[in-house]
Amino acid sequence: MAKAVKICMAGEGGQGVQSVAGILADAANELGREALYIPNFGVEQRGGVSIAFLQIHDKHIGAPKFDKADILVALSDRAVRRCRQYVDANTVFVYDASIQGVENDLPKEGEAKKVLAIPALEISQNELHPRVFNILIMGAVIGATGVIPVDAAKSAIEKKLGYKFEQNPQLREMNFKAIERGIELMK
Amino acid sequence: MSEKPIIGEKRAFMTGNEVVAWACLAAGADIMYGYPITPQNEIMHYWTRLIPKYDRKFLQTEDELSAGFTTIGGVLAGLKAFTATAGPGNTLMQEPMSMAEMMRLPTVSIVQQRGGPSTATVIYSQQEVTMTTQGGNGEGIRIVYSPSNHQELFDYTLKAFNTAWKYRFPTFVLGDGYQAKLRESVTLYDPEERGYVRVPSEKYVGKPGSIGVDREPGLYRNTFNTEEELYDVLQQHFADYEKMAPEVIEYEQENVEDADLVIIAHGVVFRGVKDAVKELREAGYKVGFFRPITLRPFPAEQLRAVADKTKKLLIAESAQGQLAKLIQSAIYGATAEIVPLFRPGVGITTEQIVARAKEAL
Amino acid sequence: MSVSLQPAMPKSWRPESKPHKFCPGCGHGLVLKCLGEAIDELGIQDRVVFGCDIGCSLLSWDFFNCDSVQTHHGRTTPVMTGIKRANPDLITVAYMGDGGGYAIGIGGIVNAAARNEKVTVLLANNTVYAMTGGQMSPCTMPGQKVETAPYGRDPEATGMPTQGPEMLAAITGEGAYVARGTTANLKQLKGYIKKALQNQMDGRGFSFVEALAGCPTNWRTNAEKTWAFIEKEMPQYYKVGEKKNPFEVKKEVQQNG
Repeated sequence: MAKAVKICMAGEGGQGVQSVAGILADAANELGREALYIPNFGVEQRGGVSIAFLQIHDKHIGAPKFDKADILVALSDRAVRRCRQYVDANTVFVYDASIQGVENDLPKEGEAKKVLAIPALEISQNELHPRVFNILIMGAVIGATGVIPVDAAKSAIEKKLGYKFEQNPQLREMNFKAIERGIELMK
Repeated sequence: MSEKPIIGEKRAFMTGNEVVAWACLAAGADIMYGYPITPQNEIMHYWTRLIPKYDRKFLQTEDELSAGFTTIGGVLAGLKAFTATAGPGNTLMQEPMSMAEMMRLPTVSIVQQRGGPSTATVIYSQQEVTMTTQGGNGEGIRIVYSPSNHQELFDYTLKAFNTAWKYRFPTFVLGDGYQAKLRESVTLYDPEERGYVRVPSEKYVGKPGSIGVDREPGLYRNTFNTEEELYDVLQQHFADYEKMAPEVIEYEQENVEDADLVIIAHGVVFRGVKDAVKELREAGYKVGFFRPITLRPFPAEQLRAVADKTKKLLIAESAQGQLAKLIQSAIYGATAEIVPLFRPGVGITTEQIVARAKEAL
Repeated sequence: MSVSLQPAMPKSWRPESKPHKFCPGCGHGLVLKCLGEAIDELGIQDRVVFGCDIGCSLLSWDFFNCDSVQTHHGRTTPVMTGIKRANPDLITVAYMGDGGGYAIGIGGIVNAAARNEKVTVLLANNTVYAMTGGQMSPCTMPGQKVETAPYGRDPEATGMPTQGPEMLAAITGEGAYVARGTTANLKQLKGYIKKALQNQMDGRGFSFVEALAGCPTNWRTNAEKTWAFIEKEMPQYYKVGEKKNPFEVKKEVQQNG
């Protein structure tokens, strides 16, 4: 990979955007790759749009922020509007299909490489569990960018949530299934 | 010190604030005095969790004035004391740091810059350059390092303790909110295994012995009666500072010999500059970079040499010309054109630097 | 389709800044509701200058439809003092938390109390520095685990919790009003705040109300545990009541006079 892969994920506080960015960063680091993850934050302890900037590369990464993302995932209407500035003709723009009222805010023809609505919320609510919504999104990011192998992602989740899985092995199944489902959505 | 915090070396993936805590541990820092202010709080969080194992100390004071003065107290008692702050806290810190300057006290302070002036943002800036290099009611007799990534944050925080105790000037590590909060890889190491020789601390007060019998009392002041007295004291400080400067100044430069334009930046912004220069060279532009690592003492001679051989200097900083002022003061008389890329309180990307450089060429 | 009724908002509240930015379960919303109702009942919306500190209280800068000033950390009392001395017709309210009040702001409050400044200080005590992520404050209780005392506050090392109202009642002048209320008893709290403001309106002296308040975000407690903390844990160190009450004295004098 010649340049760093630039991933931007945004959603409402509580949707798990930072967790996912952290897991992806950890996974890349475990593989011996270079990762740089920086959350954005304002004064409020809670609320506000939560944005994660993640870069993965084989070499030392430069500036922590970037102008345009290779892939941008927006999980709420505010996130869609807030993150328009990070989209250009090379960006793959992914948003949750359940978001309302953003018809005028989505990238128009030619303004992004691809615009994809994925029913992540619906699938996590109906097929899996609302709690793994963000893990499904992580699967989608992996599917779209190939930035880390699936096993590395599963490994990183295991590392972070293993103690919960010990108590409830079904959670492991659910999380792993969410990753795979997310990857499928991007095919 | 009950046991070594780091044995050998290990690769870690952590935030800048955590790196600082480990560096202070590895440097043998004895005590931290601090006060909450974003974005450096986690330095205290990590420090307080780690220290029981390594027998170090901590106190959260009532404000930054006190954090600075208690740090001075720690140093006077002969401990390697440090503090950390940001933004409005840094403003308050100038009072104790003026005392440290006048009395030549080896305090170590880590500053994680955020938006200014006033409360502004808790996020990021490079707007505390003027204050950290020149704050307080004095002549800026202090040492300031500006690291640009986690490895340097570790290396220079380690170094700061040695520099402070060797030369006896208040020493600062100037980071920022991005470096504080971003996670990237770093190699933590036992400094002694890499040949680092710890400069010992020394008691100013409480030295062993009996007064009048085998020692004199330590008498320290920062007030003088006449102008002449003050003048003489300061001349001595200035002389010591001049002597120290060549040993402490650090900088980096690349591709400047034939450059039509040299980009100057410090700290986290330098990361984008490095990539930008590579990109511009690949596109055929004759561009180089100069990076001050010590902002104080500033590598003036070295920059002047570069400025004299090029046509334009692009200064990129997340402030409204604070680095530019240091540069212009350093290269007074040079005829290179100054091209500003000032974004106070906002990050600067590689793309923005490349665009500005192309515009200027 | 059901229509949910909005709870009545005090008239002095600013609708444009609602829903407010405080966390769910935050004590600030309740304290500020008491303040808003007190301002309404006293009819002083036009004269109030509301000052807020830095910390979670800073989020209240546009909370009221009253003149408001966001100041610096620990400096709200001096700013309100400055305003009051320049224009005594204004009713100045300095709003802050336990960190901004009893740590960095202690110099401002103690001196305002000692000079019997005719300002009203309203302090929300949730035992932590909340906005910065839950560090120890002067009001953190022994054994309480917080970010900068992760193994629990040790009174041997860092002292006992600050008794703000008690300290101020001891040093302030005659005519001052000092009380501690709690968000677990809003009627009583509002009564204290009203008396505090009335005290300033009457020109009698300094007025101060501390309010025990919740911070489920940094306490990491659910609703049930949050209330248990406010109603059972905090009163072990913080006694609710009026510590200095010139209205009582006035009544006594009237009775005996």
